[in-house]
Parts: sequence; C-alpha cells; structure tokens
Amino acid sequence: MNINFMNKRKPAMVLSALLMIAAIGSLITNGLNLGIDFTGGYLIEAGYQSDADLDKIRGALSGADFSDAQVQNFGSSKDIIVRIAPRTDINKATIGDNILEVLKTTSEQEVTMRRVEFVGPQIGDELRDDGGIALLVALGGILIYISLRFQLKSAVGAILALVHDVVITIGIFSILQLEFDLTVLASILAVIGYSLNDTVVVLDRIRETFRNIRKTSPEDILNISINQTLARTLVTSLTTLLVLIALFIFGGEIIHGFATALIIGVVIGTYSSIYIASSALMLMNIHKQDFLVVAKEEVVDEAP
Amino acid sequence: MLNQYPLWKYILLIVVLVFSSVFALPNLYGEDPSVQISHRTKSLTDDDKLTVEQVIKAKDIKILETELGQGRLLVRFENTEAQLIAASTLKENLDKQYLIALNLAPATPDWLRALSAAPMYLGLDLRGGVHFLMEVDMVAAIKRLEESMLSDIRSYLREEKIRYRGVRRDDTGLHISFRELAHLQQASEQLPRQFSDLTFIDDEATLSIHAKLTEDAVREEKKSALQQNIITLRNRVNELGVAEPVIQQQGNARIVVQLPGIQDTAGAKKILGATATLEFRMAEGTRADWADAEKTGRTPLNAVLYHERDGSPVLLNRRVIVTGDQIVDAASTIDSQNGTPAVSVRLNGKGADKMGDTTRVNLGNPMGVVFIENKVETKKVGDTVTKHRTTTKEVINVATIQGQFSSRFQITGLESQEARDLALLLRAGSLRAPVEIIEERTVGPSLGRDNIEKGFMSVVIGFCLVLVFMAVYYKGFGLIANVALTANLIIIIAVLSLLQATLTLPGIAGIVLTVGMAVDANVLIFERIKEEIKNGNSPQASIHAGYEKAFSTITDANVTTLLAAIVLFTLGAGPIKGFAITLSIGIITSMFTAIVGTRAIVNVLYGNRELKKLSI
Repeated sequence: MNINFMNKRKPAMVLSALLMIAAIGSLITNGLNLGIDFTGGYLIEAGYQSDADLDKIRGALSGADFSDAQVQNFGSSKDIIVRIAPRTDINKATIGDNILEVLKTTSEQEVTMRRVEFVGPQIGDELRDDGGIALLVALGGILIYISLRFQLKSAVGAILALVHDVVITIGIFSILQLEFDLTVLASILAVIGYSLNDTVVVLDRIRETFRNIRKTSPEDILNISINQTLARTLVTSLTTLLVLIALFIFGGEIIHGFATALIIGVVIGTYSSIYIASSALMLMNIHKQDFLVVAKEEVVDEAP
Repeated sequence: MLNQYPLWKYILLIVVLVFSSVFALPNLYGEDPSVQISHRTKSLTDDDKLTVEQVIKAKDIKILETELGQGRLLVRFENTEAQLIAASTLKENLDKQYLIALNLAPATPDWLRALSAAPMYLGLDLRGGVHFLMEVDMVAAIKRLEESMLSDIRSYLREEKIRYRGVRRDDTGLHISFRELAHLQQASEQLPRQFSDLTFIDDEATLSIHAKLTEDAVREEKKSALQQNIITLRNRVNELGVAEPVIQQQGNARIVVQLPGIQDTAGAKKILGATATLEFRMAEGTRADWADAEKTGRTPLNAVLYHERDGSPVLLNRRVIVTGDQIVDAASTIDSQNGTPAVSVRLNGKGADKMGDTTRVNLGNPMGVVFIENKVETKKVGDTVTKHRTTTKEVINVATIQGQFSSRFQITGLESQEARDLALLLRAGSLRAPVEIIEERTVGPSLGRDNIEKGFMSVVIGFCLVLVFMAVYYKGFGLIANVALTANLIIIIAVLSLLQATLTLPGIAGIVLTVGMAVDANVLIFERIKEEIKNGNSPQASIHAGYEKAFSTITDANVTTLLAAIVLFTLGAGPIKGFAITLSIGIITSMFTAIVGTRAIVNVLYGNRELKKLSI
C-alpha cells in the first residue's frame, strides 16, 4: 500500500480549518449544553410500570410549583428524567424528594426512584474549574514528555493534533447540543490520551525513517512513515471503535455521552494522527537535522 | 539463539496468572442477604452470638452461617425475606444498645477468605445508595467559639472585680468597653494572660479593648469542628442501621457520607443534616404577662419571649438549666399517663445535679422545653453565592414541675416521628457546627442492578468483538493476542479486587476502553513482524526484530495515555476517579500481557524451530 498523503495535505488542512471554525463558532454562539454537574441543580430519574405520560407529569409538576422542570424520556418510554435548574429562591437537597412525591401522584402504579442528583451552586463552579485545570495540566504534562522524548517540533505537532481533536469533539457536542457532564469530560481526557497515543506512534516512525533513509525529501519520508503505520493506526482505531460501539449500544443511557465523545474523538484522532501532526511538521520545515541530535537514544531501548 | 526466554520469565508469568486467577475468583460468587449486628459500646462475644441465634431460630428462620469478627456479628440467610424477618425480630428482642443493619455479604468460599481474597468493591452507582457531600459552616463554628469566649471574659472580669461597661461581638471580633481608663489598663494587663487564644488591642481613646481569635485558635477550632461533626455523623449513621458506611473528611471543611443500600433517603437527609437540640428553661411570669409581652414587644430583663408550636407566646428565663449536650441517652416512648408520644432522656452527672437543684426549689412552677434548629443554605443569585443561616426556636412544651427529678425524665409535646428522630439525634450527639448538603447522588437499587448488568454486557460484547476481529485479521498470532487479552482482563479484575478500589460505572467503561486499546501493543508488534517479513527477513529474525523495534513505540504511546489518566485521577471528582483507576491499571497490565505474555507464547510455539511461514 502506498498512498501519497502529503500531496493531499492542503485540502486536509482546509477541511480541518473549516471544522475548527465551525466548532469554535458553535462554542461561542451556542455554548455547551452543560449538565447539572457543572451548572448545579437537580436531576431525578424515575421508572414507571407502563409508558410514562409526559404531559400529565409536566402538568403535575407545574401544579406543584415546578413549572421550570424539564421532563424527558430516558432510555425507554417507561423511564423519565426531570431536570430543574438551580433556583435562586430555594436551594435544598430536599427538593429531589418533593419532586419524587409529585411523580408518585402521576401514576396509579408504583413509581420507582432510580436516581436523584443534586449539585449545589458552589460545587458546580468548582467542578467546572477543576475540569478546565485538568485539561490544561494534561496538555502541559504531555507537551513536556514529548519534547523530552522527541524534540520541540514534534511536541508542537502532537499538541496541535490534540487541540484539533479536543476542540472538534467538544464542538460537535456544542453543535448537536448533547449534554456535557462529568463523564463526558472524563472521556475528553481519554480522547487526549488516545489521540496522543496514535500521534506518538506516527512521530516515532517519522523519527526512525529520517534516521534510516538518506537522500529523500522530508515530504517523502513523512509519506513513507504514514504508510508504514497506516495498518496499525486503522486496526487499533477499529478495535477501539468496536468496544466503544458495544458500550454505546449496551452500556445504558447513562454512559451514552461518554461513549459518544470517545467515538467522535477516536475517529477525529485517527484522521489527525495521519494528517495534522505531519502537516504541522511540514509547516515547521522539519528536517533530518532535527532528529540527529538525540542519536544516543537508540541504544537505550531494550527489547523484552 | 533467537526467540528463547529464560526459565524464570515463564515461571514469573505462570505465578502472576495463577495468583491473579485466585484473587479474581471471588467475583464469580454472588452475595448472601445478611444482617450485621454491633453494639454501641462493646465488642460482641460468643454469648451474643448464641443469643442472636436463639432469637432468630425462635422464628423458625434458617441461618446459613454466623460469623463473629471485628467485634461484630454477621448472620447470613438464604433469601431477603428471611433477612428482613430476622432483622425486625432482632430489633424487637435485643436491647436498644445493639445496632442492627441489613447487608449484602459477599458469598466468598472459606478457602478464598482465608487468603483474604474478596470481590471488587462496588461503587454506589452499581449497588445503589446515597452519596452526600456536606459542607460544615465554619463561620458559624467560629461565631460559636467567639460567643463562648465572650461569656468567659464577662465572668472573668466579674470574678476579678474589674468594672466594665459592656462586651459585645461583631464580625470583626470581640469588643470590651470600660468607663474608666484604670479599669481598661487593669483588664489589658490581665486578659492576655488568661486568654491565650485571643489577641488584644487597646484603644484608650474610646476606652475599649478589641479582641480577636489568633490564627492558630481559628485553625484549631475549624479542625475540631470538622472532627466533632464527623464523629456525630458517624454516630447518626450507626443509628440509621447502615452496613459499611463511609464517612470521610474531604478538604478543610467538607465531609463525604456514603450510605450503600439505603432506601429512605429523605429520612436519612433529615437525620444527617439536623442540628436540633433542646434547652430547658424556667418560665417567667403568668399567662397574662406572656400575652402582654407579645402585644407590647417588651419583656422583663431576665426573660426572653418564645412561642409555642400553636403560636402562643411564652416568657422563659434567660438562664438555661440544661442543654441537649448534657443528655447522655434518649429513647422514644409513649407517655404512660395520656398515651402521647414522648422522649425519655437521661442526663449526665453535671446536668442531673443542676436539674435536681432547679426542680427542688421550683416545685409547682412551670418549666419550658425549647427545641432549637439551625439551618444553613447556600443560594446563588447571578454570580454571587451567599450563605443564609436560620435558627428556629420553638417551645415544644411548658409543664408544671410536679416533683423533684434529676437524671431521668420525659418530654412530651411531639408527634411520634418527631419523638423518634429527636431521641436519635440526642443519642448521637449534636453537630458542633451546622452542615449543609451541597451535593447528593442517589442511585436506586433497580438502577444499580441495571448498571451492573449493562456494564457487564458491554464488557463481554466488546471483548468478544475484539477477539473475533483479532483472530480473523491476524490468524495464529491473533489467537495468541487473544490469550494475552483474556489474561489482561483477569489481571485487571484481580488488581481491582486486591486494591479494593471502588468500581463504578465509568470504571467499567474504563475497562471496556482498555480492552479495545490493549491489543494496540500487539497490533504494533504484529505489523512490525509483517513488515520485517516483507523486507525479506526470516520468520525467526522477523519475530525478534518485531518485538524489539515496537517496544519503544509501545512505551511512548502508553506513557502518554498514562499521563492523561494520572491527571484525571488527581484532579478528577468522584465519578471520574473510577474511570481513571481502571484505565491506569489497564494500561500497565496490558503492557505486561501484550509484550511479555505474547512473547512467551510465541517463543514456546515458534522458538528454536525451523520456520518457513508465520500465521500472521
């Protein structure tokens, strides 16, 4: 297999640029549909014995002074989820119980409590800040590790690929207005790990090819490296996607956001490890000399 | 010679595998419905075991097993029905000092338990239960300390006969004012010696001294308020009858409470967050005086105006006879005279003396019981978060003292649920500072069961899909990778069981993701081997070179993922931590099985042999 990836790098860059612009644009105009983990508020999941009558439930909640409640089916027509934004007038952990009481009046059969979550306003702000810090620290740590193991140009390429993947994944959550909660944040961090894993393998091969093949243009070296690692990139992405699809279909409604973010991230990450990191290296005028300085590293690695 | 492993590597692999299989084994056994019995003050003995067994057997319920350990008794039953009947029978028949809690005990066989092997510890989202994060109101704790300092200063000045005009407290600290400079100077000289927790600043111009708590004192008070609240919460949780509760400090002002398997979350919330306590005070004046005070708003100097539950006014003396803190035991009962709910209480020695003295001299006078509740609530208006504190005080009962009493007596005037709750709160002790629930995550038992099933299902299906894919794509080597992947899963489960780290639903997602990514190392190796063969190398040399060249790539790729997982673990909140733990463990174990494990199998199968072709 020998595909000339590098001569298609201009259209790829344009595509990436468009995706980034769309993602950032949507993040600015629509923002994220933040879950109660970050906004604070109440979430109640309840199970009915037969199909839940959403209109009746909404009516009952409005009658009980919860007219701001959002009611939706969750996973099946028998299960519902009620969300209430934090209120300025009342803010008590007991609201969840009051709502359950109201729900119990909407069906003659038993209504079971499946989940109640309450996040106070101070916690919501903290979780949001901690989440942002976690993202930045992860990016910083990785930048340092790659600069040490490879060199700065590779690190910049890897980070660019990473930012590309994270921004587009979050952007898709914004465009589709999917709920963004703590588990989605966790999976974004997993996307960082995955995207990097993918990129590092390609960078590793680029370094090796630069050292082994003489008298070839950087563009050809990048092409050779990408082609050599292509099978691996695709096979690993495929096995990861297989388990993620299993998780998406069988893991239940709660884990949907998590699986969705990772599926998007893995697809984008696979594309970016082929195009973004290498295109960035081309832009930075990557050259054989960039890899020769650290020649002594070759002796360090030891096979098991 | 190529592709030979030293013997010790094979032995190491086999030892790791056997060890992991044994410690993963407990997860295959289910759980027994059981009842856990403990005692408020002592460790249980074999005598208790006999009594418990007799009580249960009297009801014709079959006991699977009774275990005595860590001062507690665990009785296992065949089904939940037997468990519930046994629990209620025990509650009826045993002394109130025994605490009875329902539990699901792992049905790990004895020989495994002897090795202290146990199944994975399931998080609340999998087993059902309540997670609370509570914030202790430190401002209130400091205020309380300052107020007690205030009354200490007042009585010290009085004792030392230093004349002062007044002492008061505000947000900046304590202020003591004087009429004459000489008195101020005398106080300024003596006070610092007596109150080392305060710093004093004299202001001779306004004839006042400003006192503030030292930073050490503030820190110490916050620490002890937190500790005291944790102890009280633990007592209350024990009273609720929850097996395996978690009550932990988090940060400087927060407490995590986790109650697995609890059903009545509303009740639990009320009990945990309650700061209710009692005060006993003598009533002042007549009913006419009370109505008068209500109308005019003027009260006698020594009295404070309170209201009864029906809204009618009562004047009570400023001096408190006894507070709830001096109550050492309380139980809800029915008043023998009129059949209404009541709480019978017992006071400690100091409280009993005071109560005895007071009731002796006040025979025939009315005494009031004040019910005090402190609440704190955080509200967010726009971007500002503020705390609102409310204290409700109501008189639950005013009764004429019929005869002298000291340590034991009854309080009436409550509804039956209130009497039960109050008795529980008085027994468990009061909170040093009010707490507020700032986060709650409750998972009902049905969702917990669903989560386990769905999580398990997705692991199995994801795992099988990868197995099939690898076998089809890499043929013989794919099968070798599959053996390694299976071993990897067993080792992950064994490590999780050994660490007793909490397995959550995101944790299961982490395992699923690991399964997908674990084969990456093998994919890298196998692709390298294919390349080497394509380059015209011999099969043996290709295997050797494939493993060797892929190694540094695998390390780099995994270290970066591990970095992200560690960041997740250190900075992430509860649900994220579970994911980070399984992901980290999975990355490390997968490197071991995918590199060392598959290499061992490859060496056994292909090493030291003439090879023409590889099945790859």
